Amino acid sequence: MTSVINNPLDYSSKLKKGEVSTGTTIMAIPFDGGVVLGADSRVSTGVYIANRVSDKIAQISEHIFVCRSGSAADTQALTDYVKYYLSQLSIETGRPPLVKVAAHLMRQLCYENKNNLMAGVIVGGWDPVHGGQVYNIPLGGTIMQMPFAIGGSGSTYIYGLVDASFQENMSAEDARALVKKAISHAMARDGSSGGIIRTVVVRAEGNDRDYTPGNQLPYGPAGW
Amino acid sequence: WKGKIKTLVKSYNKINNSTMSEVTESIKSNEPSAVGGFSFDNVHRNRMIENLAKDSNSVLPQATKTGTTIVGLVYKDGVVLGADTRATNDTEVAEKNCEKIHYLAPNMYCCGAGTAADTEMTTKMISSQLELLRMNTHSPSRVVTAFTLLKRKLFQYQGHISAALVLGGCDINGPHVYQIYPHGSTGKLPYTTMGSGSLAAMSVFEQGWRENMAENEAVELVRRSILAGVFNDLGSGSNCDTCVIRMDGTVAYNRGDVTPNPVQPLRDGISHSSKLSISAGTTPILSTKHQRFPVTLADVDVVEA
Repeated sequence: MTSVINNPLDYSSKLKKGEVSTGTTIMAIPFDGGVVLGADSRVSTGVYIANRVSDKIAQISEHIFVCRSGSAADTQALTDYVKYYLSQLSIETGRPPLVKVAAHLMRQLCYENKNNLMAGVIVGGWDPVHGGQVYNIPLGGTIMQMPFAIGGSGSTYIYGLVDASFQENMSAEDARALVKKAISHAMARDGSSGGIIRTVVVRAEGNDRDYTPGNQLPYGPAGW
Repeated sequence: WKGKIKTLVKSYNKINNSTMSEVTESIKSNEPSAVGGFSFDNVHRNRMIENLAKDSNSVLPQATKTGTTIVGLVYKDGVVLGADTRATNDTEVAEKNCEKIHYLAPNMYCCGAGTAADTEMTTKMISSQLELLRMNTHSPSRVVTAFTLLKRKLFQYQGHISAALVLGGCDINGPHVYQIYPHGSTGKLPYTTMGSGSLAAMSVFEQGWRENMAENEAVELVRRSILAGVFNDLGSGSNCDTCVIRMDGTVAYNRGDVTPNPVQPLRDGISHSSKLSISAGTTPILSTKHQRFPVTLADVDVVEA
């Protein structure tokens, strides 16, 4: 299949015309015994909201989740690939996969195909070896393990808030409250983020999926 | 325009001193052969023809786009799909009554917006894959299977197949409605609209949709949303088709469920000269002759190769 040859020096791969984007604010914070992941729910094509209640936190293994931002098609395909590789790996090794392995598989796909993808993801999960971990994989395919990670177009508005509010060794409830607060603030300022806040708390005993409706956010425009 | 394409191809051949087969061979040797489905061997040839057409000021045929309003929603006992029936070629209406609700499986139908050929052929391909799978597994197709097959194919072609689909059906896990975009991204929703008239249709849905609606309410809501697209969007028009797929396995495909734009009154309004309608007997018959045509039945032996 012939394709248009882009300028090889043009690293900023933009969304193609009509392509659907998860505008987004995504966030993940590990705690002792697990990890909290959070995301908004807005998916847009240009200025129209294609899906106002989408689920951007995809499960790739029993205790490993991925927060997706960037092109919806690219991140959905990436998630499917990594889910497939991880399930093969867990059959071959006979063990649940490590979060580090999942993150590196994702990073390899993002880096090797950086010219054709627009995907910024946060891989977060729990495994019995290293506990709760969070890996940030922005555009281009860098991988960074971090004490907390934020991503997506709305994250630029909450760097200050999260830097000031974050503390080491938070409990699950505090981490979840911080995630909800930060994402609310991002949704208030970023046009590409909105809808509801979805959160997932991953623990060894099991995962807890929850959502906060758009009119019950901890912070929002006056009058709600 | 067929004659024009032939002369353009001939002039291209003369310029390049090669036959069409040589050109396609050289392309084929670089790419692995695809098993079934789409083949992009003619992209190079088409680009050459377009460049030649630019030089000689001729007009090439355009792909028909379905402007479109398509919708789908989940109600208490199943799903209801709806679509308008206008197919456009830029600003011209190419087809006043086309079918946009495509059959995928006995329990699944798919509405298509975008390039008419792309939606038609993509749904046909996945429908045949589903039928083969049903033969192999001896069980009814699941909506999520069609959904995955469609999104994988569309992602593979990176948006070049311009097909935006609303997939709806019922299976062992309940009624489902999915939206699938040309680049391969998808969403699972209780109600969705796509196409150029999607904004008009979505406004009706957002105001009227509730959980566990009765069938007559659901169909009425779908009709209103499609009519919103038909009357407020230039890319949608003519009639409204609906398709109700129920959990008990029955399907009600209503082609032309609502026809608010009848064409016959417009045609009747045109006054023709009476000279154009010639009654029988105007031309005098001078003589009649009947002759039997001899027909012989021949026995043909089928030889097995």
